[in-house]
Amino acid sequence: MAANQETMNKATIDFTLDGKEVSALDGETLIQTAQRLGTEIPHLCYKEGLRADGNCRACVVEIEGERTLAPSCCRAATPGMKVQTSSDRALKSQKMVLELLKSDMPEQKESPYKLDSELDQWVKKLNVGEPRFEARTQPAADLSHPAIAVNMDACIQCTRCLRACREEQMNDVIGYANRGSHSEIVFDIADPMAASSCVACGECVQACPTGALMPANNVALEVADKTVDSTCPYCGVGCLIKYHVKDDKILYTEGRDGDTNHFRLCVKGRYGFNYIHNPLRLTKPLIRREGVAKTTELLDPNDLDKVFREASWDEALDFAAGGLKKIRDTQGKKALAGLGSAKGSNEEAYLFQKLVRTGFGSNNVDHCTRLCHASSVVALLEGLGSGAVSNPVEDVKKAEVIIIIGSNPTVNHPVGATFMKNAAKNGTKIILMDPNRTDIAKYASHSLQFRPDTDVAMLNSIMHVILDEGLQDDKFIKQRTEDFDQMRAHLKEYSPEKVAPICGIDANTLREVARLYANSKGSMILWGMGVSQHIHGTDNSRCLIALALMTGQIGKPGSGLHPLRGQNNVQGASDVGLIPMVYPDYQPVTDPANQAKFEKLWGVELDPNPGLTTVEMIHAILKDEVYGMFVQGENPAMSDPNQNHARKAFAALEHLVVQDIFLTETAGFADVILPASAFYEKNGTFSNTDRRVQMGRQAVTPPGEAQQDLWILQEIANRLGCGWKYNGPEDVFNEMRLAMESIAGMTWERLDNEDSLTYPLENVGDPGEPVIFIEDFPTETGKGRFVPANYVHADEMPDNEYPLIFITGRQLEHWHTGSMTRHSPTLDAIEPDPVVAIHPEDLNNLAIEPGDLITIESRRGKITAYARADIGIQRGSMFMAFCYNEASANLITNEALDPFAKIPEFKFCAVKASAGGEIGVRIN
Amino acid sequence: MAVIKISPDQIKRKKRSGPKGHAVNLTALEEVNALLGDESRQRDLLIEHLHKIQDQYQHISSKHLVALAHEMNLSPAEVFEVASFYHHFDVVKEGQTAPPALTVRVCESVSCEMAGAHPLIDALENGLSDKVRVQKVPCVGRCQHAPVAVVGQNPIHQATAETVTAAVENNEIKDTMTNYISMEAYQADGGYQTLKKVLEGKMSTESIMKKMEDSGLRGLGGAGFPAGRKWRIVNGFEAPRMMAVNIDEGEPGTFKDRHYLEQDPHRFLEGMLIAALTVGCDAIYIYLRDEYAGCREALTKEIANLENNPPSSVYKMPPIYLRRGAGAYICGEESAMVESIEGKRGMPRLRPPFLAEVGLFGRPTLEHNMESVYWVRDIVEKGPDWFSSHGRHERKGLRSFSISGRVNKPGVHLAPAGITMRELIEEYCEGMQDGHEFYGYFPGGASGGMLPESMADIPMDFDTLNQYGCFIGSAAVIVFSNQDSAKQLALNAMKFFEEESCGQCTPCRVGTAKAATLMEQKEWNTELLEELASVMVDASICGLGQAAPNPMRCVIKYFPDEL
Repeated sequence: MAANQETMNKATIDFTLDGKEVSALDGETLIQTAQRLGTEIPHLCYKEGLRADGNCRACVVEIEGERTLAPSCCRAATPGMKVQTSSDRALKSQKMVLELLKSDMPEQKESPYKLDSELDQWVKKLNVGEPRFEARTQPAADLSHPAIAVNMDACIQCTRCLRACREEQMNDVIGYANRGSHSEIVFDIADPMAASSCVACGECVQACPTGALMPANNVALEVADKTVDSTCPYCGVGCLIKYHVKDDKILYTEGRDGDTNHFRLCVKGRYGFNYIHNPLRLTKPLIRREGVAKTTELLDPNDLDKVFREASWDEALDFAAGGLKKIRDTQGKKALAGLGSAKGSNEEAYLFQKLVRTGFGSNNVDHCTRLCHASSVVALLEGLGSGAVSNPVEDVKKAEVIIIIGSNPTVNHPVGATFMKNAAKNGTKIILMDPNRTDIAKYASHSLQFRPDTDVAMLNSIMHVILDEGLQDDKFIKQRTEDFDQMRAHLKEYSPEKVAPICGIDANTLREVARLYANSKGSMILWGMGVSQHIHGTDNSRCLIALALMTGQIGKPGSGLHPLRGQNNVQGASDVGLIPMVYPDYQPVTDPANQAKFEKLWGVELDPNPGLTTVEMIHAILKDEVYGMFVQGENPAMSDPNQNHARKAFAALEHLVVQDIFLTETAGFADVILPASAFYEKNGTFSNTDRRVQMGRQAVTPPGEAQQDLWILQEIANRLGCGWKYNGPEDVFNEMRLAMESIAGMTWERLDNEDSLTYPLENVGDPGEPVIFIEDFPTETGKGRFVPANYVHADEMPDNEYPLIFITGRQLEHWHTGSMTRHSPTLDAIEPDPVVAIHPEDLNNLAIEPGDLITIESRRGKITAYARADIGIQRGSMFMAFCYNEASANLITNEALDPFAKIPEFKFCAVKASAGGEIGVRIN
Repeated sequence: MAVIKISPDQIKRKKRSGPKGHAVNLTALEEVNALLGDESRQRDLLIEHLHKIQDQYQHISSKHLVALAHEMNLSPAEVFEVASFYHHFDVVKEGQTAPPALTVRVCESVSCEMAGAHPLIDALENGLSDKVRVQKVPCVGRCQHAPVAVVGQNPIHQATAETVTAAVENNEIKDTMTNYISMEAYQADGGYQTLKKVLEGKMSTESIMKKMEDSGLRGLGGAGFPAGRKWRIVNGFEAPRMMAVNIDEGEPGTFKDRHYLEQDPHRFLEGMLIAALTVGCDAIYIYLRDEYAGCREALTKEIANLENNPPSSVYKMPPIYLRRGAGAYICGEESAMVESIEGKRGMPRLRPPFLAEVGLFGRPTLEHNMESVYWVRDIVEKGPDWFSSHGRHERKGLRSFSISGRVNKPGVHLAPAGITMRELIEEYCEGMQDGHEFYGYFPGGASGGMLPESMADIPMDFDTLNQYGCFIGSAAVIVFSNQDSAKQLALNAMKFFEEESCGQCTPCRVGTAKAATLMEQKEWNTELLEELASVMVDASICGLGQAAPNPMRCVIKYFPDEL
């Protein structure tokens, strides 16, 4: 055994193993010691990473002096202990255990469900013969779930799945019901999986040793041609995944041991990859037929042929670039705008913003961060000089207190949420602040269901208590912050007694929360769209920043501010400058020094004025200021607020170029559509919510004539006179390093070797900094700023005509506008219909039965969906995801903008509801 | 192979109506809240709360289960896995039919089987209306009155189809315990004087510990651990400490704890409190099997009585919590009992660590069988020699033998430790019943093995029977005759263990099932059974799996003619 750094410094325990004098390391169990020393002991219920349970008894060993055999997975060496792992007695029991289990397997043969069943492996290794016992009566198969096949005739009751579900993911779906030989693994109240609360995270499938739980349709019985190590295209957690590929198709996935996920995945990452194999994928360039006018109606793919014709790449690229060039040269540089993608790679995003800035000639470039954390980033830049998180998600395990506000992590960052739940189990207090009671409330010590829109009042009152009771960190305030005095004066008005009736949380709770947060050794704040998507979103974040600054809860492990980034690469897209006000690395375009730097790097004159943001682009189109747009990997015809207005704008564009993988709702308005590459079909870097730059690797080839986004961008750019010669993503990455200090020290090679590097990583060889702001803030003075926020109402309050509050958000199985997930047969089958969630008593008052149709109307639009009764929803409000084009939630929403960040108020507008109506036609 | 069918339309409708899983029904939530009232929703009260629902509705519908889960901040799976573990909870899902309001439980364990349980069950299944459910249940702790049928909570002794039917028709469904020594009478006779002295510090804990050690009293639930030594060990661990009293009394053939409870509950309570105060326990949890409903009512009353009229108005006693079992023999195993008190499935824990160090709620715990603390007052007042002065054949102490089967006078017989089976039959049981020749006996319940008449002169005590592959356990003695088949009785025992296995570990969960199947064959594969037996003994987590092979092995060894 080679010496190794990890083992060298641990205390040791001397004992005898199979007659040899050996040493166990402190904390090792006997089976771990034996494995480390090269001795195999059969085991089934024991799995590295899961709590050892000691129930299968396959790992029993003989310990001298003990009456019975001992489970080596649950015992540790003591000095002088004498252990035999394969004495006659031990071997007899090990083999009998295997024989007993084998006797109850389907037809007493090798697993028909899994190629490498662990039971079969041990039976072989220990030469266990044909079982001499009669088989049990076998339970029926449960194939109800689209993603997971449940075959309990292969279950050995090892409870690995239960521990995976209850202790790793903590979704609490799996139970071990009944008793004795009737014991069985169940979901909820012994429900078929598809009818249960199972979220199909697949942790149980990954844990099962015998194939009783497997991916559906026997996909894992096929042998892959190759496996590819990559990441996930969905959310900002950035799980690392291994893709098993056969015949250029992804068969199934496996979680990898990334720092972000530790083998865990969610239903989308694990089972939602098959959208790329949907026959509706765009495979040929398409040009709008002459004379076919644009309408505001969405284009059904079935009618594609009526509106578009196929074209060659040359024709399509010429047409696309030609149209943009014409507008640039006749209407002016500012008559063009571009929306880049937060799902594409950093390299693609970097080239896109460069294309707009050097090819179009303006800063009219934006992406969906505008609709997401724009307000958080503005507040963070203003207050701390940096828009990114201070601590990674995994720091929750070091925090004593976690505030989760305006975020539903079990839905939107599911794997991240599992670590929050694990922390709660270990004693960390979760303080949940959300108008709705979401799933993670189960693990929260405090669940503040405050009135929507009252964040500033509530947060100000918490800060008021902190100052009132002297719980602030005076030293930190003095040394590391400025403008505190005006904050202190401002907070005088916000006593908990005054605020309680406004926000609906009693004063005692507000005080308790304040004390918990301020007094803990490490308090962390994680937030999401509930905070940012308001006209006072920037103000909301200002409050969170002030809370952290006044208590010194930042700049150390287990503390800090973490706006949970949504898209897999929204952090990266923002970092590389896909933003109208700043260049890569958030360097303002208005600063002449920055302008000079980039003019030098790119060799072109640049526009010193900030460009248009997403919603401003819509207004500009309808004001005849913008005539042409290039939209890549974005779907604003579903994601923009007030869709009746936005779709009018898209239909009014003279020239719209759309580059995407499906005929999205936006593509229907295009003049030319360029078929692009999906995440699994490209190489590139992607930056997750923790500031980790991670390597995405190509697993399969794009279908038909679809091309790499990178290639398409370069082709367009060169037709606009840019003269680019990038050979691939590595070339682009190296230029990015010249533009961005934050990643200057990262090399493509190192990233390829290590899969994940955290920035700031400014010099080659730096380790990367997960926790920042330890000594100072990157502001001009090095100090953090307090910026007071006044409590203001939402733009559109409920009134007699529109008495209910409409809140939009997301669902676990569907990603944002649904362009990916509704094309995945698996995910679509799990959540097929448009639903809106309302409290059952509110439904009752509307005389609507759960599951019946409900029509929702605002001043801007009207939709019909199915009404889901959910007691977690706040009375007087309703919650809906914006992924259903047959019931597009953004037809209802309000486009009023936060003045600083220009983010629309998705989280609050006034509606009325009534029974009945008709659901629209689904176009994908 | 069968596939679970699920209607796509139903699923579609379900997805449109609510979030995944079971929606909380607001009416059911109101009903559950009404039942729970102001009581704490803490996790360890789960079984108590399930009882409230079962008692009210005679079953637990899934909507109430879901509502309860919501109230207690648990998931439906967490509640269901506990409810489904215990035999006395009937979980009924949508679309399933709830059981009839009245259940007649007929015991089919060893003594009752010998007394004709199966013909009785047949008669009742055919005779009683559909409005009554007939259930076959394991030992209800009334073996001296075999066969026993429990109508609702009312135990019918020497039950016949007629007497059972009459009880059903007259709605006689309650169990009462009336003729016990009241608290007044107990105090008039010198009761609670010792407890008072202990409370007031007038008796040193060291002196009490020493008396317990010198008496030689060993745990009377079956494990036989020296009581005094246990007190010292637990006392050696840091406070806060818990005490847990085991009145699960599920071993087939055992009924001594009920016997003493029904006669003199306060003697038990006093001994228990003396133990708690001596060892330094902050709270006492009494776990009483659900089948003793009359005892539960009486104990509840008497505990309240005692707490309202404590022996000392100045020095406080530790709080006493009475917790109800729910039909699971395994909860007589000390760590499984602790799990059950914590509101979980009664699955024994892996040891080490032992309960004395990490027990109830993770605290050092003094765990005792009820009878063990029943004798504490006598030992303290009369001195350790009083107890150790009893004994026969060079053994020391007293044993309460629960004797049932083919004898003339079954019942609890307090006799010297070390007495032999033959002496017991002749001196205490007035001989064998007419027409029955002594053939064999179970010395220690279903788990203590079986011995033939030719081995009825062995002194019965801790340690004396082990060399024969048997043990005395809780001294639950079942005597069988030439009218009985040892093979059949051993099968009865194995089926009992199969039914009662908690299901955690392979050797027991699968082993008992496979053994029962093998033992049902006309010819026993003795080689395979023996191989299986040795693994069950070596590798099971707890005593149930380790002892389950005993009757079977004894038949192979001592009753080979039957094979």
